[in-house]
Amino acid sequence: MEQNSIVTISGLIKRFPIGKGHFTALNGIDLTFGKGQFAGVVGPSGSGKTTLLNIIGTLDSPTEGNANVLGQEVGKLSTKKAAVLRRQHMGFIFQTYNLLPVYTVFENVEFPLLLLNISRSERKKAVMDALDWVGIADKVKSRPAQLSGGECQRVAIARAMVKKPELVLADEPTANLDSENSHHILQTMENLNKDLQTTFIFATHDDKVIKYLKRKILLEDGKVTADDIITN
Amino acid sequence: MLSLKLAWRNLVGAGLRTWLNVIVLAFVLFMMIWHYGILDGWNYQANRDMQAWEVGNGQYWHQNYDPYDFFTLEESHSKIPEPLKKATSDGIVTPVLITQGSVYPDGRIQSMLLKGISPDQKVIAIPSAELNIESEEIPVVIGRRMAKNCKLQEGDVTTIRWRDVNRTFDAAEVKIAKVFNCNVPNVDAGQMYIHIEKLREMMQAPDEATMFIIREDFEMGEAVSGWEYKDYDFLMTEMNEMMKMKKVGGSFIYVILLLLAMLAIFDTQVLSIFRRQKEIGTYIAMGMTRRQVVSLFTVEGAMHAILAVIIGAIYGIPFLLWQMNLGFTMPAGTDDFGITIAETIFPIYGAGLILTTVLLVLIITTIVSYMPARKISKMNPTDAIKGKIQ
Repeated sequence: MEQNSIVTISGLIKRFPIGKGHFTALNGIDLTFGKGQFAGVVGPSGSGKTTLLNIIGTLDSPTEGNANVLGQEVGKLSTKKAAVLRRQHMGFIFQTYNLLPVYTVFENVEFPLLLLNISRSERKKAVMDALDWVGIADKVKSRPAQLSGGECQRVAIARAMVKKPELVLADEPTANLDSENSHHILQTMENLNKDLQTTFIFATHDDKVIKYLKRKILLEDGKVTADDIITN
Repeated sequence: MLSLKLAWRNLVGAGLRTWLNVIVLAFVLFMMIWHYGILDGWNYQANRDMQAWEVGNGQYWHQNYDPYDFFTLEESHSKIPEPLKKATSDGIVTPVLITQGSVYPDGRIQSMLLKGISPDQKVIAIPSAELNIESEEIPVVIGRRMAKNCKLQEGDVTTIRWRDVNRTFDAAEVKIAKVFNCNVPNVDAGQMYIHIEKLREMMQAPDEATMFIIREDFEMGEAVSGWEYKDYDFLMTEMNEMMKMKKVGGSFIYVILLLLAMLAIFDTQVLSIFRRQKEIGTYIAMGMTRRQVVSLFTVEGAMHAILAVIIGAIYGIPFLLWQMNLGFTMPAGTDDFGITIAETIFPIYGAGLILTTVLLVLIITTIVSYMPARKISKMNPTDAIKGKIQ
């Protein structure tokens, strides 16, 4: 594992059973993500982006090869250890926000801190800070159904960032948002990446997201076909 | 603790769905406690009344005496045995002489049991002191049911007929000295109480008795030749069996009600797990273990019962306390059923009854909540996050 790298993937293959055969979603992936990167896995639908993110996020495991995330071998992690790793070190942002519908904005953002047994006063401060970062502190008592799509995604970002994780995985975070909201959200994430040195890995085929990436990994038919560092 | 906190948030957030289940469950819980409280109150009062009016603290029966076979009465009396003489004179036991007879109110004939009892006895609650009144006719006391059946009132004079030990019929005029009110049909319906010495004279059976009733505050039980000791439990067997049957019968209704409530909770749980797959996936992505998610959903279901206990307590406790003091007045005509039942039953809600019912509902609700929640442990989290039906 390279120094400062938090994700190291080598010879990763992921197959899904289909009938009597199988479908190969990832076919020999070798990648390394360093701390504080703002990277994106881009490619057309079905190229394996989400599968790769799921394996990095310890929600799925490789069929062959190795995926080392934050010093842990994903394939060898028990479901309990994987849950602890996600709870302590990772944040997730989903295309459909996945906010808990019966919770208020405050309670949604507070949720990861509850799992970490953080005290009430610390939770309150951390939640308000996170909501300040994403500019939605005035909606603490609203429920997701009362928010716009952009607001929901900002809440989701606040929820992912509230525990200041080392790694944030964002799967098509702007797919359901208009251009203005997408830019606002990407700027927010970019600022958080700079301020907190959090590593962001996106799965996207949205040009609006691609413009913000500092590293673009092109995935086609389960293989990495390009891996570019964008310097401007 | 975390599961409790999250479950509470989820339940409150679910709104009407939660409260409908809780209200149904609270109603079932309340009805179960109320019903069993009534039965326990009835049982307690019936036991107390039967002891006071009929069985005392046990009885000695003549060896031939069979209360279910009136034809044995002629052969089931004899002289007071030596071992019971002192207890009789001390008022610890009271002898009762029983024979068959007929009463002729307004020219009608009605069969009855004629029971001779000492006017001075303090063993049972029959107002036997009334048998001491001075009258040309023989004074007798009867119960409310007997009076109603024969259309007799206090002060009425009527004819009775009986057979003496030689099986010779005889008749006399009796005067109703007292009509007493009693909740025990066995000492009332079809029975007439007369001074035991008078009955002995009428039957030509001096110093004889059919049974002895032991005073409530005395323990006896030693063997007496020719007489069978029947203890309190034996004498209460029928009543206790009937109360058990009542409880079992009532239980069927409450099992059905409980099943309906459990079905509602099971349905809610199944629906929740089906509809909230994305939420389940999100919980797992955020770092909850599958066991924690299963526990959360189980606690959510079980919390319906906890809320039902709280809601039930809010309206149930004042109502039950109020009824404990006021009592439950039985509908008119209940005393004609032939079972020992007070006009007003004062329910008894013991801690055992309440705790058992609450625990039963809590345990069943938890099991019913856990069963569908187990499915979560088999879910694929990546599909669950997307809300894919699994």
